[in-house]
Amino acid sequence: MPTYLIVEQLLNGLQFGVMLFLSAAGLTLIFGVMGLINLAHGSLYMIGAFAAAAVAGATGSFVMALAASLAAAAAAGALVEILVIRRLYDRDHLDQVLATFALILIFSEGTRWMFGSFPLFLDVPSYLSGPVTLPGGIQYPLYRLTIIGIGLAIAAGLFLLIARTRIGIRIRAGEADREMIAALGVDISKLYTLVFALGAALAGLSGALVGAIQSVQVGMGEPVLILAFVVIVIGGIGSIKGALVGSLLVGLTDTFGRILLPVAFGTFMEPSAANSVGAALASMSIYLLMAVVLIVRPTGLYGRA
Amino acid sequence: MRRETFVNIAALAALFVLPVWANATGETYWVTLTTKVVILAIAGVGLNLALGLGGLVSFGHAAFFGVGGYVMGILASHLQDYVPLLTWPFLFEGSNQMPVIWLVALVFGALTALSIGLLSLRTSGVYFIMITLAFGQMLFYFAISWPAYGGEDGLSIYVRNEFPGLNTLVPIEFYGLCLTVLVAVLFLVWRISLSSFGLALGAARQNAERLQAVGIEPFRIRLTAFVISGAITALAGAMYADLNRFVSPNMFSWQTSGEIMVFVILGGVGRLFGPVLGAALFILMEHILGGMSEFWHIYLGFVLLGVVLFARGGLMGLLAGREVSHD
Amino acid sequence: MTEVVLGINGISKAYGALQANNDITLDLRAGEIHALIGPNGAGKSTFIKQVSGAEQPDQGAVTLLGDDITPLGAVARAQKGLGRTFQISSLAMEYTVLQNVVLGAMGRRGRVMRFFAPVLKDAALLNAAMRALERVGLQDVAHVETAVLSHGQRRQLEVAVALTLEPKVFLMDEPMAGLGAEGSQDLIRVLDALRHEAPILLVEHDMDAVFALADRISVLVYGQIIATGAPEDIRHNADVRTAYLGDDA
Repeated sequence: MPTYLIVEQLLNGLQFGVMLFLSAAGLTLIFGVMGLINLAHGSLYMIGAFAAAAVAGATGSFVMALAASLAAAAAAGALVEILVIRRLYDRDHLDQVLATFALILIFSEGTRWMFGSFPLFLDVPSYLSGPVTLPGGIQYPLYRLTIIGIGLAIAAGLFLLIARTRIGIRIRAGEADREMIAALGVDISKLYTLVFALGAALAGLSGALVGAIQSVQVGMGEPVLILAFVVIVIGGIGSIKGALVGSLLVGLTDTFGRILLPVAFGTFMEPSAANSVGAALASMSIYLLMAVVLIVRPTGLYGRA
Repeated sequence: MRRETFVNIAALAALFVLPVWANATGETYWVTLTTKVVILAIAGVGLNLALGLGGLVSFGHAAFFGVGGYVMGILASHLQDYVPLLTWPFLFEGSNQMPVIWLVALVFGALTALSIGLLSLRTSGVYFIMITLAFGQMLFYFAISWPAYGGEDGLSIYVRNEFPGLNTLVPIEFYGLCLTVLVAVLFLVWRISLSSFGLALGAARQNAERLQAVGIEPFRIRLTAFVISGAITALAGAMYADLNRFVSPNMFSWQTSGEIMVFVILGGVGRLFGPVLGAALFILMEHILGGMSEFWHIYLGFVLLGVVLFARGGLMGLLAGREVSHD
Repeated sequence: MTEVVLGINGISKAYGALQANNDITLDLRAGEIHALIGPNGAGKSTFIKQVSGAEQPDQGAVTLLGDDITPLGAVARAQKGLGRTFQISSLAMEYTVLQNVVLGAMGRRGRVMRFFAPVLKDAALLNAAMRALERVGLQDVAHVETAVLSHGQRRQLEVAVALTLEPKVFLMDEPMAGLGAEGSQDLIRVLDALRHEAPILLVEHDMDAVFALADRISVLVYGQIIATGAPEDIRHNADVRTAYLGDDA
């Protein structure tokens, strides 16, 4: 396999992983701080994408579209937290699953009702479209390179936020002992709303960024949600670092699985059979990765026992 | 008589009487709709064993439902297309006999549950929820990308499979068969809930440490429950595929897992007839709300939200009150 | 010398830099109640975990009737005949009292993988369960949901479940915790009669109970046993007085 192809796939895997991280980070943060499993996280991803597509359609500005995705998802997140999620913190996981499943139904059908069943398209702005030439003469789409950059910058920002700021200290304290920080006079319900809105905003942004590559449609969020679950299981619940490592592992495994497995099977099978077996196994590769991690470390790479 | 027993008998009576009446008045559409309720209830009863009795919140029961569906699709399609399924070690041309299909569905459902359970039961809580969901999704993508059995388009079977002594093409006869299976499965799960194993399973849900202290390994108990649960749900999957004469990857989807879970919770978690009531309510809502609006899932969402936030215990909780321990 | 039923031979356990248990050696002989006492933070909980099989010691061994059970987990140790009670009542709260003891009798008998016969119609199990309830005086509340029991009744039920296991040795983690004077007296009578069936390793805070029951007492301080002996010896032991009272007398 030629080098340029490997580099290109590496970048594709990185791009996939970094976008996955934006969803997984919010999910793992929400679980770590509030102990809540939120199935509706994928809906927030979708809301971000739809808000971006609508604003881009109205104003023509991609930057405005991204701002709208952040704002809409954060607002939806905060609203849902105040109206519904808040009542679920003390409930068992089954109630949380069911209630957030109900939210998916409401959000998905609500969006279908507002925007219809046809996919919307969010175009990559002209100044980000087209390929760039990387060192070594490799051509790669500028937009994908840009979102890798945005994703990594946000990851770095998130690490700084958690490690260095007052809010971060409170978030970490909230993970450790919610009664204690409540006793210290921190308004815990405001903190929770904030964390939830932050997680939602990240998911919404990634929905918009990915929406410009794929199409924007109802149901786009749930596959991402489930992948984010795989990421969290691999990385360990509550760990931002685990979410990052897990995301990149999943992104790279998936991308290379799709390229390499059909080739690998082609060495001893006829091409059409190799393609179908390879493709079928490739679709399972990240779950197999998850299974291996589970066997070795049931609480994930960076999970607490 | 306990109120719950009364509700159970009433539900069973309704399942016996209403379709017969609908059939007599020529409303065969309602017979088919009730058949759907009965089959989905079987899937729910399967999940309820793991979820209600064992406290194992599986969000991946579509995996078993789909395996059952594909067992039916694969066995029947080979026979239909005159392509033997196996030529070695013996010739097997496929089958259009429900007892054979059901048996194979039970076995493969159990094996799938064993593999998923061995991995996912090493964890608990949210990890378990996420992992079962992920494994369900894995089979979904596998079904989509495996071209031999229709890939994304699924498989159609032209004629419903046969059952000795019955004409399964007659809706009321097929319904009677499905109802018999439901009653058998309910009986089995009822006996399990009263058995040694059932007592240990309930203890594993309430207090695993206690179970260990009396010398019983919770993992074995949970895994066994998960396997039985998966086998029952796979059986339902095979029957559901026969009802529609069609299987598709959609049977493996996370929405399917969610819906099976909704039957259980709408009806009442851990209650024997909970999934029956839940499936009936779900199909009824689908029928009524679906007739009013194309976006009926919104209303379903609000109903579910209401059940979780305000009416815990589901329909059975509403009708028969909180579950009281008794022995 | 009477037979050693449970032997704890030099077990140590560290959590990071904290040496929670340091070379603890003690034994439990047939027919006796051996109490382990010590101030909070002395390492009693850690000790219980090593003996019950919830954790493995870093060093040392645990033996039951001469067999090394150190590598075994909690389930296997229970099957071998270690009957434990928990400091905080650990019961199936949604079950009735009877169901909880039947669970114990079932664990004792084995053959749990029975799927069809109603377990509460099994006469052998029911008899064993009812006998255990009568021993602790809970027979009248057999059909009551465990969650509605009083704290004292839950403590009694803990002991009853351990009784159904017909263990070779009892490991009791503060059975008196939170009991009033009257409840303690009842339980002391039950335990007093029990020692002849199987010896009891009693980890306990309630000194009245300890001195009323124990044949021997070991004192755990900072993860180490500082004294072992008859109650009267312990009462007058200078090291023990220093550890508890801080006096140099």
